[in-house]
Amino acid sequence: MTNSQLTPGVVPGRLPAAAYRDHFADKEPAFDRHEAQVAADRCYFCHDAPCMTACPTSIDIPLFIRQISTGTPEAAAVTIWSQNILGGMCGRVCPTEQLCEEVCVREVAEGKPVEIGRLQRYATDSVMAKGVHPFARAARTGKTVAVVGAGPAGLSAAHRLAMHGHDVTIYDARRKAGGLNEYGIAAYKAPNDFAQAEIDWLMKIGGITVKTGKSLGRDISLDELRKAHDAVFLGIGLAGVNALRAEGEEKAMVRDAVDFIAELRQAADKSVLPIGRDVVVIGGGMTAVDAAVQSKLLGAENVTIVYRRTQDKMSASDYEQNHAASKGVRIITGAAPLRVHGDGAVREIEFAYTIEGPDGLALSSETFVLKADQVFKAIGQSLEGQPDALKLEGRKIAVTGAGRTSLPGVWAGGDCAAGGNDLTVTAVAEGRDAAEDIHASLMAKA
Amino acid sequence: MADLTSNFIGIKSPNPFWLASAPPTDKEYNVRRAFEAGWGGVVWKTLGSEGPPIVNVSGPRYGAIWGSDRRLMGLNNIELITDRPLEVNLREIKSVKRDYPDRALVISLMVPCDEESWKDILKRIEDTEADGVELNFGCPHGMAERGMGSAVGQVPEYIEMVTRWVKQYSRMPCIVKLTPNVTSILPPAMAAKRGGADAVSLINTVKSITNVDLDSFSPFPMIDGKGSHGGYCGPAVKPIALNMVGEIARHHETHGLPISGIGGVTTWRDAAEFLAMGSGNVQVCTAAMTYGFKVVQEMISGLSQYLDSKDMALDDLIGRAVPNFVEWQDLNLNYVTKARIDQDACIKCGRCYAACEDTSHQAIAMKPGRVFEVKDDECVACNLCVNVCPVENCITMEKLPLGALDERTGRKVEPYANWTTHPNNPMAVKAAE
Ligand SMILES: Cc1cc2nc3c(=O)[nH]c(=O)nc-3n(C[C@H](O)[C@H](O)[C@H](O)COP(=O)(O)OP(=O)(O)OC[C@H]3O[C@@H](n4cnc5c(N)ncnc54)[C@H](O)[C@@H]3O)c2cc1C
Ligand SMILES: Cc1cc2nc3c(=O)[nH]c(=O)nc-3n(C[C@H](O)[C@H](O)[C@H](O)COP(=O)(O)O)c2cc1C
Ligand code: SF4
Repeated sequence: MTNSQLTPGVVPGRLPAAAYRDHFADKEPAFDRHEAQVAADRCYFCHDAPCMTACPTSIDIPLFIRQISTGTPEAAAVTIWSQNILGGMCGRVCPTEQLCEEVCVREVAEGKPVEIGRLQRYATDSVMAKGVHPFARAARTGKTVAVVGAGPAGLSAAHRLAMHGHDVTIYDARRKAGGLNEYGIAAYKAPNDFAQAEIDWLMKIGGITVKTGKSLGRDISLDELRKAHDAVFLGIGLAGVNALRAEGEEKAMVRDAVDFIAELRQAADKSVLPIGRDVVVIGGGMTAVDAAVQSKLLGAENVTIVYRRTQDKMSASDYEQNHAASKGVRIITGAAPLRVHGDGAVREIEFAYTIEGPDGLALSSETFVLKADQVFKAIGQSLEGQPDALKLEGRKIAVTGAGRTSLPGVWAGGDCAAGGNDLTVTAVAEGRDAAEDIHASLMAKA
Repeated sequence: MADLTSNFIGIKSPNPFWLASAPPTDKEYNVRRAFEAGWGGVVWKTLGSEGPPIVNVSGPRYGAIWGSDRRLMGLNNIELITDRPLEVNLREIKSVKRDYPDRALVISLMVPCDEESWKDILKRIEDTEADGVELNFGCPHGMAERGMGSAVGQVPEYIEMVTRWVKQYSRMPCIVKLTPNVTSILPPAMAAKRGGADAVSLINTVKSITNVDLDSFSPFPMIDGKGSHGGYCGPAVKPIALNMVGEIARHHETHGLPISGIGGVTTWRDAAEFLAMGSGNVQVCTAAMTYGFKVVQEMISGLSQYLDSKDMALDDLIGRAVPNFVEWQDLNLNYVTKARIDQDACIKCGRCYAACEDTSHQAIAMKPGRVFEVKDDECVACNLCVNVCPVENCITMEKLPLGALDERTGRKVEPYANWTTHPNNPMAVKAAE
């Protein structure tokens, strides 16, 4: 192909073949043994460690780092997994700069935290590479649990339930299990098909059946599931997307960032993916950053993120914003889209600067236009396809305690449930805690 | 998970990790929390005779040596035995043991060197239900000047005499804790054995001064401008302790005498080494004082993983290295190795070169482009380069096979032979003609 970064329109193959391999390789290479030792050595084994409190799954971080430093990463992995069965993925995708590493006493004192995420990855990788699954199933209880959604919340719940001896069936609407681990996380954070490898490893616990291509509401109903199983856990994430509400948003080449990312994640060969020369991403979160960075990595010449509020309100962390900037992404804040111009397909998009006032955000009369042959909307996902019988809180499934919904025998966790912060690690924590609650309630009945 | 259940001279504990007699075991509050954290047993902070309580200094008790990044490598203390009333300690011991029957609880004792004092204290502790006693013949400071602690531990006759009294007046298992502040650890260990000790534990702290304040010219820890020697412990003393443990474990007179290994145990690996060197269990003080009680959890997971990986039971590990701990004269003088530098791993710092060129055998060549290569005809295989190299496994020692030419000596590698038969040894045992 003869396309380059300067080719107009939305076309594939803007870069030489080798560049794709480079761009979508591991963002942060794995530690080797020596590097892990040096990094582990910096941990002070703090008392009542702040990092541990900051971790949504409460991993005993000082203990696992000490286990690495004494040459037993295998024991470290067990420490991690007993709290967070997707510790391998979390070590790769957690915004540690906003979680454990942000409160590391060495971050506070020196601005240089212990590299907890990378150490976590080192420990879990070292066991997974050997194909060892260190947990065993308890004796079968004869109880069965339906888990809807094979994302982090559902997988975490399923593993814990199976470990307690229950038989679990996971239903997922998509073709592959993994949820956003498989379809959402930036490609360079979990290359080499890590999401599927981790699921295969997790399934070694036994007692879990996965049924993909089964959608709740379309192929199965909540009533059926409640009749056929002793309990139901819903981890259906946020399947819907918010609308832009800008004039002309239906024009071609204006699409949801999550769909673009899902497509990108599923493409084995990234060079076949068409990408615009001028890409505009609208939004201020992790999805916006990931869509923008990956557009750039696919060879877009100009990529701009436009966020409607001030920069400090962006939910993407400073670290992620810097990462985007380092890849050449431009970030404009305080501007909202007015209308999409173009003949069939988008050609440019018009924005108005915003004014943050006591009554919320207002549009100013000052406007500008950005050239765009492709626009990605990353303004948030929303709950979709949840059973009508469930009470909602705001726009999510209402839960009390460890994920109990308004229906008896039905639990929910992860992005679809009210109260979380839409992170992989939080979904894992909620799935685990709901599983413990389900287990306790099933055993109390028995 | 390997079974770590330990049986040391009939005292059972869920794992072989005990807290040594020291501040971590000075009161009920601590010991309960230690047990909750997972410690298999404790040796209660040393009790003295009834009477006015011991008086400690009210200024600093500790001096310390740090590695880079302020890792605590050695700790020195001038603390005495418990300064809490005997009554209170005994009441607390009883209460803890009642609530933790599966954990080991041993009482450490130090009273004046007369029969009545020992008879009396043993009676006082009788109904605590403790699992055993440890005789503290070790503390090198404060109590020694009063004729106790290491003042007893340095005189084998006293050790034997007191041990005999203890065995006569008590049915409890008796561990004799030895001081390293002696020229040889064997006479004290033999004396303990003769006196009827069920086991020895070692080491107590090493007489030491960690540093001198260069403004006030006082040794440290400094109390009002003066300092006195203290007892050294922590990672720095481990090599001293390992040797002493091994000496007792291998000597024909003391071989088989159970040993509780103490001194610098900080990780599972240290513990495993003490066990291999002949200890039946280990005791820990400084690591707990540096990192808190939780540190035992790494020791438990690590030892368990190690045993599993070796497919060994705890008892299989105990003493495994003892047969390999030999005298210099028994080493194979025909064992020839050469240093090998892995050029891919080398980061070209040149430390191996400086060490060998300046202080050893000029056996490393520095070639253009900072390439370092070993000269086989000069390398004596001292392994200094290995130890100064900052990259693990970059320099390794390669064994020359039987019959290969040692370029340094010009001789072929021959089968095992040691100093006892070496031609240069005037005392060599001549093979029968
Ligand atoms: C682009 C993007 C990047 C992200 N990057 C990060 C990151 O770097 N770090 C981080 O911590 N978090 C990140 N997140 C957030 C994180 O991915 C989510 O918080 C997490 O995946 C939530 O897990 P979950 O199990 O609740 O839902 P999901 O992962 O969304 O899984 C839900 C599953 O339910 C299935 N499902 C939905 N509806 C139905 C139905 N009706 N019937 C059957 N199955 C159904 C879906 O197919 C899916 O498999 C990112 C999110 C996005 C969108
Ligand atoms: C502050 C302090 C007080 C100690 N007090 C006692 C004691 O009362 N009785 C005793 O037998 N040993 C005492 N010890 C010695 C320890 O029990 C142990 O033998 C020594 O510290 C070596 O072990 P370590 O390197 O794990 O610290 C004390 C050590 C320290 C640091
Ligand atoms: S550790 Fe510090 S605070 Fe605690 S008693 Fe000693 S000097 Fe005081």
